[in-house]
Amino acid sequence: MLSTFFAVLRRDLLLAWRGRSDVLVTLAFFIIVVCLFPFGVGAEPNQLRAIAPGVLWVAALLACLLSLHRLFAQDYADGTLEQLLLSREPAALWVMAKVLAFWISTGLPVVAVAPAMALLLDLEQGGLPVLVLSLALGTPILALLGAVGAALTLGLRGGGMLLALLVLPLFVPVLIFGAGAVEAELSGTGALAHLLLLGGGLAGAMALAPIACAAALRISTD
Amino acid sequence: MTRPERGPSLWRFAAPQHFYPLAGRLAPWFAALAALLTIAGLWIGFVVAPTDATQGQVYRVIFIHVPAAWMSMFIYLIMAFWSAVGLIMNTRLSFVMSQALAPTGAMFCFVALWTGALWGKPTWGAYWVWDARLTSQLLLLFLYFGFIALTRAIEDPRRGDRAGAIIALVGAVNVPIIYFSVQWWNTLHQGASVSVTKAPSMATTMLTGMLVMAIASWMYTIAVVLWRVRPMILERERHTEWVAAELDRLAPGAARKSGGRA
Repeated sequence: MLSTFFAVLRRDLLLAWRGRSDVLVTLAFFIIVVCLFPFGVGAEPNQLRAIAPGVLWVAALLACLLSLHRLFAQDYADGTLEQLLLSREPAALWVMAKVLAFWISTGLPVVAVAPAMALLLDLEQGGLPVLVLSLALGTPILALLGAVGAALTLGLRGGGMLLALLVLPLFVPVLIFGAGAVEAELSGTGALAHLLLLGGGLAGAMALAPIACAAALRISTD
Repeated sequence: MTRPERGPSLWRFAAPQHFYPLAGRLAPWFAALAALLTIAGLWIGFVVAPTDATQGQVYRVIFIHVPAAWMSMFIYLIMAFWSAVGLIMNTRLSFVMSQALAPTGAMFCFVALWTGALWGKPTWGAYWVWDARLTSQLLLLFLYFGFIALTRAIEDPRRGDRAGAIIALVGAVNVPIIYFSVQWWNTLHQGASVSVTKAPSMATTMLTGMLVMAIASWMYTIAVVLWRVRPMILERERHTEWVAAELDRLAPGAARKSGGRA
């Protein structure tokens, strides 16, 4: 069973590596969205410092959202998805592998670049570890929840907008706890509660989302 | 019926063919009840109930606002319930029910937000505050929009039914998480500057008016859903004989006429 998991993981990571430009586009999107905020709200350092955690989190969330359509679209178009669904392996397992590969290729680069972007917004350095940790715990939840939406909107007209409408309300708690963790750390209350809740959310999402996602894929390819 | 009757079982109404006439018969009754109760409730609320000591006349919006907010949440739960029934028992009618409920739920959600804003301006001095209740209500409206948009975007009714059911269930699991996270977020940010929770002890007439309006909203929802379900059933079962007979009864010769013109 685990060999299926690693086979799908390896294949998807290899595909992501061969199409590196897609990954870089996601990263560039994240960076540009963060850079837009000073133009919009003004370059007053105090203000930027205050909104930095929220801005970084919203940008990471949007970057994840806009790359979600890639998760299943290619496999759906060339029939790989149907073959996977026909196989005897449990669907939740390879769905999990695909989502993990997706997160490694789109979420992880964002997590890695986030501290540098935080410096642009003059976020206090003490908040950087918590920012990275909250993103590392939170973005996989976004990928898992988003995967359900991506599976449901597979092959639909205007799927991108629809996907955003479906998953953005579900992203709100992650955003609250993610951005809240950094703010709590900076305000001195400590980020532990937020991070634990994010971790719990991740555990819950890992258990439930692949099952919902597999059911959604069956419906969409029916 | 060629099958021998096994006594009056309510289960047979799970078949669209049997539910269609039942819905038609019941809907006017619920509509009449809704109209009567609305008149009674509004009369109690706007005429009988005393003016509030602290809020003046503005408080009277609660006779619409609170029942609408209740309904918007109940309807989502019922929608999720029918979705689960549909996925588990594979009953077509359940999906139709959940899709017929969604627009009414979204409507009540919007009414609750709108009347809340009208109440908030004179009371809080702002149409909108990022209070936990308001925010979670707004997110609930988005969940409704997502469900409606998804089921409308998918042309194949089988896929649309199931996809909608999944998103309704995912939403139902998330509603409590969203609610509590928003509540926590709110208390962290601005403290309990605005508290809707601590309602002042209410006069009995006010409570009566609100309850009557709540029951009126239930009746309205049931009537509207029954009416909305009927054409949806006809559309989905259009290849069956009983629908052809029913359409012939509704508009005699219409099918033939349109056929002749083409």
